[in-house]
Amino acid sequence: MFLEIKDLSVKIENKSILNGLNLNINKGEVHAIMGPNGCGKSTLANVLAGKEDYEILNGKINFKDNDLFDLNIEERAQEGMFLAFQYPVEIPGVNITPFLHSAINSKRKRMNEEEIDNLSFAKLLKSKASDLGINIDMLKRSVNTGFSGGEKKRYEILQMSILNPDLAILDETDSGLDIDALKIVTDGVNKLKTKDNSFLIITHYQKLLDYIKPDYVHVMVNGSIVKSGGSEIAAEIEKDGFQKFQ
Amino acid sequence: MNSETLDTLSTYSKNKYKYGFITDIDNEKPKKGLNENTIKFISLKKNEPEWMLDWRLKAFSKWKKMKEPKWANLSFPEIDYQDIYYYSAPKGFEKKPKDLSEVDPKLIETYNKLGIPLEEQKVLAGVAVDVVFDSVSVATTYKGELEKLGIIFCSIGEAIQKHPDLIKKYLGSVIPPGDHSFSALNSAVFTDGSFVYIPEGVKCPMELSTYFRINAENTGQFERTLIIADKGSYVSYLEGCTAPKRDDNQLHAANVELIALEDAEIKYSTVQNWYPGDEDGKGGIYNFVTKRGLCAGKNSKISWTQVETGSAITWKYPSCILKGDNSIGEFYSVAITNNFQQADTGTKMTHIGKNTKSKIISKGISLGKSQNTYRGEVSFLRKADKARNYTQCDSLLVGNQCGAHTVPYIDSKNNTAVIEHEASTSKINEDQLYYCRQRGLSHEEAVSLIVNGFCKQVLQELPMEFAVEAQKLVSISLEGSVG
Repeated sequence: MFLEIKDLSVKIENKSILNGLNLNINKGEVHAIMGPNGCGKSTLANVLAGKEDYEILNGKINFKDNDLFDLNIEERAQEGMFLAFQYPVEIPGVNITPFLHSAINSKRKRMNEEEIDNLSFAKLLKSKASDLGINIDMLKRSVNTGFSGGEKKRYEILQMSILNPDLAILDETDSGLDIDALKIVTDGVNKLKTKDNSFLIITHYQKLLDYIKPDYVHVMVNGSIVKSGGSEIAAEIEKDGFQKFQ
Repeated sequence: MNSETLDTLSTYSKNKYKYGFITDIDNEKPKKGLNENTIKFISLKKNEPEWMLDWRLKAFSKWKKMKEPKWANLSFPEIDYQDIYYYSAPKGFEKKPKDLSEVDPKLIETYNKLGIPLEEQKVLAGVAVDVVFDSVSVATTYKGELEKLGIIFCSIGEAIQKHPDLIKKYLGSVIPPGDHSFSALNSAVFTDGSFVYIPEGVKCPMELSTYFRINAENTGQFERTLIIADKGSYVSYLEGCTAPKRDDNQLHAANVELIALEDAEIKYSTVQNWYPGDEDGKGGIYNFVTKRGLCAGKNSKISWTQVETGSAITWKYPSCILKGDNSIGEFYSVAITNNFQQADTGTKMTHIGKNTKSKIISKGISLGKSQNTYRGEVSFLRKADKARNYTQCDSLLVGNQCGAHTVPYIDSKNNTAVIEHEASTSKINEDQLYYCRQRGLSHEEAVSLIVNGFCKQVLQELPMEFAVEAQKLVSISLEGSVG
């Protein structure tokens, strides 16, 4: 099993958010989690990435034969986990090129691969940027600083395509995007998809799933998954909302 | 702040100082303590003319009547001026060696260890270096090349011998010996430092650089630097400093004077990395420095850039006197304090001429139990019509036990003056750290990256050759591991 979440319960500041959640993802699969606001979708993403604000009450997570709780944030990232943030934070004065270059090399180091040199990296970055329709001038700016919502999301996808993760978690990547931006972002995801990597797509709206076809759709309510199935579930939600699952 | 951040921070404060080794070399010192004989000894050792000795003695008599300035936000025990050596030279330096074959190999090795090879072919291409070890100048590189352009770049001791007219005219013209007690002290006992003269219309083709090292124990270093840019000339100058690890505090009281005549520009950059003391606050350099530039002519420009990471105490306010109409003064500063370091640093911009402009960008980063103060004074005199100042002071706190303070003074006697002031204080942001780490960067790398980003506005003002070094130094000041 590639990612196995077993009976996961999590709380933050005495408020329980996840309640006995189970989820299995195999290599090459695309999973979508849908749910109303406040159901714990983003918490799940952050717990997987290792954010430290949460208290794990119960459960296990296995990722690529590792007990995930034995790894800290950067080790999980280096093992191939990538989180595309809902609200990417601005880091003034830090240029994207050295930032991503260090990121990719720390991953390669862990995998005992050779580090990539400046020149090859610059080439890689340029070619990936042009694939995603990102202007070269944007690569000269500081990470996320002064970017529009759409630009930030595209930057997340650019980083994802450079780091080439085994498991990519997209946390409400569609929020705040117009149709054109949404198309660019989802095209990027579709290009990246192979039989060896997996995606976990977290979304509130069904719209995103018109562009990325999931193998499985899960409905999350009150911190656990209440229904799983194929893309027909997304259509159900589109029609009737989350009401009937609650 | 969560527990992991605090853990990593505590490893930062076990800051190791890479340059803390001691060179075992015989040196020549007068008796400890400060009196007229000490000054006569120094003057004699330097083979100085009588007018110079008189100048020193006058400064000394002023010093005796003065008290240390006490307004800074610093606390330290009384300095015992009678418990310090005022001169220390490696043996055999009665005369400056003509070439490197005359220099003690131990000295050459010291500078190799510091990453500053003295052999010209190995010196950074395009940078001429004057090296000062304790009280004497050891070597000046690329001298011949510069002489062809009429540029004088030598030790101040040599300038007193060879260029007395320039010295008499300019030494003490920007920082009078009686200005305050540290300037009087320096004027009385200064030992070495650099002298630069750029003739009219000459753009100095390479970076000029001085490297200061305090080696001997209980020794004060009192360097004196004087840079004159004649009409329409340009020079960029860089100063670097280190000292060995010692348990006692050492005193460093330098004076630096800059004079820019009409249409001239001086860019002065400092990377200060004196020994800061250990994690319990023991040892380290007391750095009391007076740096002042005079924009004497119309359209002249003086720009100070400093990266201050060392010293137990930093007391330093590189200033500009904007006398010429349309002249420009700039101050870019990064000051990082860790453990028990204290820094009270900033600038003074005095607008005298019409349309004068000044710009102040100060970035303070405090870690551990350190205290970091920005102190600035911007004043506009009566005739400074349409003068402008822009000040931006940002402080970044890392951890819960440090402090950042901003003390801006503004004094305007001219109602056409325009002043803009922006200030911010922030804590290192957990969301930024999380974001960086999610991309695979370690906690330390992430902090270093964010702090370097915070300082970028200043670091980009440094000459190219040194910007990378400074960036590394910033990271090292934050990390536990060095080299």
